[in-house]
Amino acid sequence: MSTATRQAERASPWRAPLLFAAVAVLVILEGTTRNALFSGSWNTALGILNLGLISAVTALGVNMMWGYAGLFNAGIVGFMALGALAPVLISTAPVPGAWDAGGTRLLFALALGLGTLALAAWVWPRTGAWRGVAVGAILIAGFVLFRWAFDPAVTAIEANNAASYGNIGGLGWPVLLSWPVGAALAAAAAWAVGKVALGLRSDYLAIATLGIGEIIVAVVKNEDWIARGVKNMSGIPRPVPYELDLQNHPEFPELANRLGMSVAEASGVWVKIGYASLFTAVLLAVILLAQLALNSPWGRMMRAIRDNEVAAGAMGKNVTARHLQVFVIGCAVVGLSGAMLVTYDGILNPTAFAPLRYTFLIWVMVIVGGSGNNWGAVLGALLIWFLWIKVEVWGPALMGVLTAPLPPGDLRNHLLGSAPHMRFIVMGLILLLVLRFAPRGLVPER
Amino acid sequence: MDLLNALVAVLNFVVIPATAYGAQLALGALGVTLIYGILRFSNFAHGDTMAFGTAMVILLTWGLQGLGIALTPLPTALLALPVAIALTALLMLGTDRVVYRFYRRKRAAPIIFVMASVGVMFIMNGLTRLVIGVDEIRFDDGARFIIGVADFRRWTGLEEGLALRGTQVITVAAAALTVAWLFWFLNRTRSGKAMRAYSDNEDLALLSGIDPERVVRQTWIIAAALATLAGTLYGLDKSFRAFTYFQILLPIFAAAIVGGLGNPLGAIAGGFIVAFSEVAVTYPWRKIAAYLGWESDGLMQLLSTEYKFAVSFVILIVVLLFRPTGLFRGKSV
Repeated sequence: MSTATRQAERASPWRAPLLFAAVAVLVILEGTTRNALFSGSWNTALGILNLGLISAVTALGVNMMWGYAGLFNAGIVGFMALGALAPVLISTAPVPGAWDAGGTRLLFALALGLGTLALAAWVWPRTGAWRGVAVGAILIAGFVLFRWAFDPAVTAIEANNAASYGNIGGLGWPVLLSWPVGAALAAAAAWAVGKVALGLRSDYLAIATLGIGEIIVAVVKNEDWIARGVKNMSGIPRPVPYELDLQNHPEFPELANRLGMSVAEASGVWVKIGYASLFTAVLLAVILLAQLALNSPWGRMMRAIRDNEVAAGAMGKNVTARHLQVFVIGCAVVGLSGAMLVTYDGILNPTAFAPLRYTFLIWVMVIVGGSGNNWGAVLGALLIWFLWIKVEVWGPALMGVLTAPLPPGDLRNHLLGSAPHMRFIVMGLILLLVLRFAPRGLVPER
Repeated sequence: MDLLNALVAVLNFVVIPATAYGAQLALGALGVTLIYGILRFSNFAHGDTMAFGTAMVILLTWGLQGLGIALTPLPTALLALPVAIALTALLMLGTDRVVYRFYRRKRAAPIIFVMASVGVMFIMNGLTRLVIGVDEIRFDDGARFIIGVADFRRWTGLEEGLALRGTQVITVAAAALTVAWLFWFLNRTRSGKAMRAYSDNEDLALLSGIDPERVVRQTWIIAAALATLAGTLYGLDKSFRAFTYFQILLPIFAAAIVGGLGNPLGAIAGGFIVAFSEVAVTYPWRKIAAYLGWESDGLMQLLSTEYKFAVSFVILIVVLLFRPTGLFRGKSV
């Protein structure tokens, strides 16, 4: 990345707009034409677009870490899952009795746990030869105390109407308010992780964050008191109207009629357009801030650090502190996208947080789009997400053509049945091809 | 008597499972550490290589079973291993040729190799899913138990039972044989010495006439063999699911780093350290405490089993912070 490649010189100013137009054409084709390749349903097209926009926000966060600072965070899925907790904790209705069952004790336990860690971190540099023993004793005592306070509280909360609740419950505040909270949750975790792991070499950092991601997802899955764990948390409030309310609105059928759609279809499209506008607004705001930061003295410093840490350090820049800063900001954006995702889905299903989909696919988006370039990351996200969804459909269609000469039997059925998995191969191929032949991505950094 | 019961319970629930798991992790970590030592990057595709190799073993096992060939009392999978290893090695050599060799010639940064290995991971994951699907598969035929719980109780008259599964013994035996062979290869043969020389100092090795491509080829073949073996033993011991193999990437990396990346002896020690910590921390000790005369209301479980990854993670972080080259002085490039 240190040398300017021919590809960068060749990049014309029309490149990015043309590629964005191409993605727009793909989405419009999906919405209008009905053939072997496209579904011809606006609901599907807008659904793809909406998740693409959310992925674009995630990709922007990853691009800040990788493109601005060269940090390989392989635990994106965990920070998304943390952000996803925010809508549950902020905007679902309060659970009757949950706070009385053990809320205060729970907060006390969490404070105790954090206090132990803080105390250990405080004692460590201030003690001499015995610091290993001292910190070990603090940690063990803290753990015992924490479990003593924590376990009964959790048992009580989870026993509170376990069939339909069993969680601590939300605050009942508007769901849009939970998006910045999701960002803050992820940022707090990122600060703690970054404090410990950012001194590490590039691929050690990748492995450490891989672990963080797995652990956070495990917490969301297993700590039922937060958001009911694998029992899922549904009924998260929406920032846009419900389809049913639209359909019952007196003037809506007429509007649908004028658009030439059935009432059900028109209401779905209406809701999805509402989401799309919200997501686009957030995306543009994040991009605006990111571009301003990138073109400021701060952005120049970040790129200087990325391109040569030693030289930047010699110039008096605090490399570790800047890394921590950008790591926290990037993870906050990832957390924001997690909160948006859960709001859009209306349900928190922790088992869906798979690293391939939420960590490595996002990485493919950033690399393909062009690391270091915010518009590139957005383009990569929209394009790769479209392909990810469509290859699952195109794979079996292609396999159907390929296996047509085979006699009907087990082999053919097996091949047809597993054809949707071809999308993993396609994504890997795209990543490898871009990495090799256009290492600066579709829209290279200027 | 209670002391004996406690001892048997510890053996049954901690020592035996952790030993088998440790052997599997050690084999996986050996593969990671070899690739790191020779090719100088952390291979994120290693978990999916294990999955692919195991998928090959399962397919061949089904084929053999279909032909009525069995290896009783041993599992048929062992018979399928050599061919599966050859297939996996071919795939690895092909991958190296079309993916990694380009970056090696360019002397690209390690992080670019890691990115490329993520691409390879996607492809191998897709291939495995395409070939065998995502369902859970058990393929351990042959004798299941060497010592059964009921038999053990009858022989000893103890309250606690002890079970020793065939797969656990096979795992440890196979791992021991492989490790012995690997160390003989690395320390006694010309190729092995060339490999170590290349790992220590690439330029010096090139100057003394070692063919780098040959060293790299041998590394991939050995890594494929280790990955397939580790994956198969893990699958025999527990069960095969493509997705769990991605998850054990973390303990495997932890094992390799704890021992010192690039250091084979460290990988083995690391595998057992991680396995024993994982099992000991997630095991509910109440029963054993009761035998020792200490009744408790709680389970006396430090962490629930779902958080076993946290254990490898904490070990990993502690070692990286306080001894970044690992316990056995690996590389710290």
